[in-house]
Amino acid sequence: MNAIPLTHVLMVSTALFFIGVYGFFTRRNLITMLMSIELILNSVNINFVAFNKYLYPEQMEGLFFSLFTIAIAAAEAAVAIAIIINLYRTHSSIDVEDADELKL
Amino acid sequence: MDSSVISFYAISAFLLTFGVMAVTTRKIFRAAIWLLFSLIGIAALYFWMDFQFLAAVQIIVYIGGIVVLIIFSIFLTQMSGKDMPQALTSRKLIALALSLGGFAFIAHFLAHANYHESSGLVDASMPAIGRKLLSVETGGYALPFELISVLLLASMIGCIVIALKKAQEKP
Repeated sequence: MNAIPLTHVLMVSTALFFIGVYGFFTRRNLITMLMSIELILNSVNINFVAFNKYLYPEQMEGLFFSLFTIAIAAAEAAVAIAIIINLYRTHSSIDVEDADELKL
Repeated sequence: MDSSVISFYAISAFLLTFGVMAVTTRKIFRAAIWLLFSLIGIAALYFWMDFQFLAAVQIIVYIGGIVVLIIFSIFLTQMSGKDMPQALTSRKLIALALSLGGFAFIAHFLAHANYHESSGLVDASMPAIGRKLLSVETGGYALPFELISVLLLASMIGCIVIALKKAQEKP
């Protein structure tokens, strides 16, 4: 089953992480930035699972870390979208440049 | 080349392609759909690694929950037919350079890394996960499980409080 070396799986997750980073840098819209964060979180999950499978198959720590990360990511996305909807209600825009109320 | 090797590279190409499309497309609704496909690819990767339960959780929570939530918020806040404004070319170039540089940096270490891979099989069956999740012995996950339920409750209340419409002020 270990026909693929661990480093290839890690390469995939690293590539996905930096795709997320690229999106996070270029996007100016809060929802699309949230999507980039989801990609980053998922790449980390792939890492946990790959380490679990390849290095410590007799334990399940990576699997549980991923499960808890998914739960926390769901909570984070829910709160972020509540904030975005509220921001849209007060500013009629969800561009990060318009969200400067705390600065004033 | 056996089928597992081919399917790994196919899944990887699938999820990376859709990931790139999700962060580069200028139509926000399409970005959400490409993100959905990328997340499906990640679930397929979990299936490939024999973590069926985690793949199911990925599909239920991410694809059935988070992406649907994102799509709803796009419908509520955006004109989804219109193109988003183009990012500045300088910003794009800097982001591209930083991402490629970071990837090259980490890939350099990964290429020289030497892991002692174990050939054992993971027992990620649902009974095993359930027993571990509710076990209070050493190495059990009963306490984090309870904590995560408190966190979910807290975020639920937080969402309601944030999104609550303010009471109309009396004129």
